[in-house]
Amino acid sequence: MNIADMVNVLNARILCGEDRLETKVYTACCSDLMSDVLAFVNEKTVLITGLTNPHVLRTADMLDLKCLVYARGKVPGDEILEQAEEQGLVVITTKETAFTACGLLYEAGLRGVPIEWPESEARP
Amino acid sequence: MSTLLHAEYPVDAEDYTRAGEASADIKRKLKQLGVSAQVLRRVAVASYEVELNLVIHSMGGTLTLEVSPERVRLISADRGPGIPNVELAMREGWSTANETARSLGFGAGMGLPNMKRNADEFDIESEVGRGTTIRMGFLLG
Ligand SMILES: Nc1ncnc2c1ncn2[C@@H]1O[C@H](COP(=O)(O)OP(=O)(O)O)[C@@H](O)[C@H]1O
Ligand SMILES: [Mg+2]
Repeated sequence: MNIADMVNVLNARILCGEDRLETKVYTACCSDLMSDVLAFVNEKTVLITGLTNPHVLRTADMLDLKCLVYARGKVPGDEILEQAEEQGLVVITTKETAFTACGLLYEAGLRGVPIEWPESEARP
Repeated sequence: MSTLLHAEYPVDAEDYTRAGEASADIKRKLKQLGVSAQVLRRVAVASYEVELNLVIHSMGGTLTLEVSPERVRLISADRGPGIPNVELAMREGWSTANETARSLGFGAGMGLPNMKRNADEFDIESEVGRGTTIRMGFLLG
């Protein structure tokens, strides 16, 4: 699916990057823990989060993420949106809670980012 | 061994506003050098984690970038307080991060394991009262 499809599914509002809605997303990750995001996410992944601080953008920058979804109608400050624009990030916000947003995207065919468990570590 | 690039970034304790700036600059520099996207990503993740640890846990220190034709090296050296039990600190989920760090999305106890997983070479030395030094290497080509 591409970002425009996600906007439809989530009935979302586009906060920045309107010209890049054709960008494809392949997997999703929903987290407020930046270290988890840094551990598992790749550039083909959309990040769904409730955290609006600048570190989310820096994390996205490190991973070359293309799209950020704010849940529960959150809208970050203008400086953050300017930074996002600079990074070429599409930012959208949906009124849905993170749980519902994930459910809707899953129903529409999007899947979680695959996690590789190292041989040495037991699965929980 | 010829050095293509050497840069040092002082990182202050508890400077959450600037946390991540050194890593962003490191990533930019490596990209200019033509380092592959795959290696770039691994360096960026490890660098961001180690930089945030300097901000969150240390009394301040320096992040050093060294690039040779063979590898990218990242060295984090701080002035304390040191880690009492390195083996415990290396475990996924172990964290002594404070509330401020947690409210920003850090303190999941994944930083050191993330660094180890992403670097080709990883070495940590720590002494309570003196400080912590982490050396990471990322092979090129
Ligand atoms: N530079 C450092 N100085 C002192 N303690 C550190 C340093 N880096 C890591 N630690 C200790 O190791 C623990 C685990 O670090 P890490 O895996 O990055 O997780 P987190 O930063 O989320 O707590 C930290 O909570 C802290 O107790
Ligand atoms: Mg950490």
